[in-house]
Amino acid sequence: MSHDQQETDQIPRISIQNVSKRFGAKVILEDVSLDIMPGTSTTVIGMSGTGKSVLIKCVLGLLRPDSGAIYVDGENWLELSEDEHLDRMKRVGMLFQGAALFDSLKVWENVAFALLERGMNKKEARARATEVLEWVGLPNIEEKMPAELSGGMAKRVGLARTICHKPDIVFLDEPTTGLDPIMSDVINRLIVNLHKDSGTTIMAITHDMKSAAMISDNIAMLCHGRMHRQVTPDQLNSDKDPVLRQFIEGRADGPVNCSNWGKEMEEAVMLLRSQIEEEVNR
Amino acid sequence: MKMLQQVGSVTESFLIQLGLYATTLGQLSKRILSSPRYPRLILAQAEEVGVQSLPVVLLTALFTGMVLALQGYIVFHRFAAESMIGVVVSLSMVRELGPVLVGLMVAGRVGASFAAELGTMRVSEQIDALWTLSTDPMRYLIMPRVIAAIVMMPLLVVISDFIGIYGGYAISVFMLDQNPTVYVEMSTQYMELKDFYSGLVKAGFFGLLIGIIGCSEGFNCKGGAEGVGRATTRAVVISCMSILISDYFLTAWMFG
Repeated sequence: MSHDQQETDQIPRISIQNVSKRFGAKVILEDVSLDIMPGTSTTVIGMSGTGKSVLIKCVLGLLRPDSGAIYVDGENWLELSEDEHLDRMKRVGMLFQGAALFDSLKVWENVAFALLERGMNKKEARARATEVLEWVGLPNIEEKMPAELSGGMAKRVGLARTICHKPDIVFLDEPTTGLDPIMSDVINRLIVNLHKDSGTTIMAITHDMKSAAMISDNIAMLCHGRMHRQVTPDQLNSDKDPVLRQFIEGRADGPVNCSNWGKEMEEAVMLLRSQIEEEVNR
Repeated sequence: MKMLQQVGSVTESFLIQLGLYATTLGQLSKRILSSPRYPRLILAQAEEVGVQSLPVVLLTALFTGMVLALQGYIVFHRFAAESMIGVVVSLSMVRELGPVLVGLMVAGRVGASFAAELGTMRVSEQIDALWTLSTDPMRYLIMPRVIAAIVMMPLLVVISDFIGIYGGYAISVFMLDQNPTVYVEMSTQYMELKDFYSGLVKAGFFGLLIGIIGCSEGFNCKGGAEGVGRATTRAVVISCMSILISDYFLTAWMFG
């Protein structure tokens, strides 16, 4: 490994520094910092409403933090213009929770969307889409429309679209949510393979502890908008932190007060979701 | 006190909506000068706005022309001035009814579809997905729709003008036994070029309103399926009201 290469590897691929974000009076993220080194996979876990999605949206430029900085390979993405930000998105892939496939396009057009947008000819783009679809275990579905796919298939097509243009950073928003255990395992294995084969840097958010343990090199826990703890998957079962234990074991009783959950929590999450939508639109 | 609050709240939401449309228009104006402009998407939207709207526009224009001829005959018959039916039908269609009725029809059909499509894309994160695929959502989704609406509206109005005048001709000649030559001559004799192009200017402006309002409502939609419904309703209602209100000001400006 050359000296330059070693130096590059020392700079985090993604460095989230003291990011804070509030919607009205509600504080969502408070002074959150997280470094993700090149070629590593980090999963952010935490309860609903703790700001995981907001964090990923801030990194992608869909939301603007109130304070802090987000560096990618040493460049502060918060200082980029809209056009520059769009240009940086060329090296990014994002798998959305609901796959977010374009309804009006065929499966192969969805998968090859980024390549077609960059001017690759249709024949080559389709060949690459077919190759990636085979990699996710979905051959011969190029001509189907997204409405014809099951949830698991849509998620795998979403993953194919995420990696088709060979991004060096991949974001995964709840990659296994809403899938049966077998399909969750299929998706997890695909993510592990992607990470191993191409050395892609991965930032994922999930509630699924099995998935987090399987796909991550590091696990970061957000609690009430703050970075609470960072552990490796090996430390996950032995870590004594009471909040982490409560989350892993899925208990309502513990240091995180859940007594006022239910209707009140639902309302807070709904209000928050509407405020996030409003700001993303803006 | 409560009434004052309500007035304030309505005024505030009106100004917010106005700001939203102005922002969309401003962002589009900035983008339209540079590429990519997605000609393939503009053509697809032109087909949706123009060709797909033809049946409803043709029917509306035909029956409007027919009703105008029938009403005109009833009135003019009292003064033995039936020959003026052609003048009334053609001038009404070309100056006012053509652009306004086509505008209202297209607002109902196309404005609603713009808002529903983009609203669904918003709530299912497809618009965010475009951004993460390094594609400017405003350029990819809104620009082709607005351009298509501005270009296709005048074309639809030209067709509807002819069909409306023909509807009047059919009633006058085949039902009311009027002289066909007189109808045609009177239709053209009192018409100036300005009458014709003022209708086209209105149509283009209405196209801009329908595109901007429909797309802004959908693009900024929130609140799941219910939100999409609200955005669609608002897009249609606000487009129709804007067409009627701006029609007055455009008429006053061009003929005042």
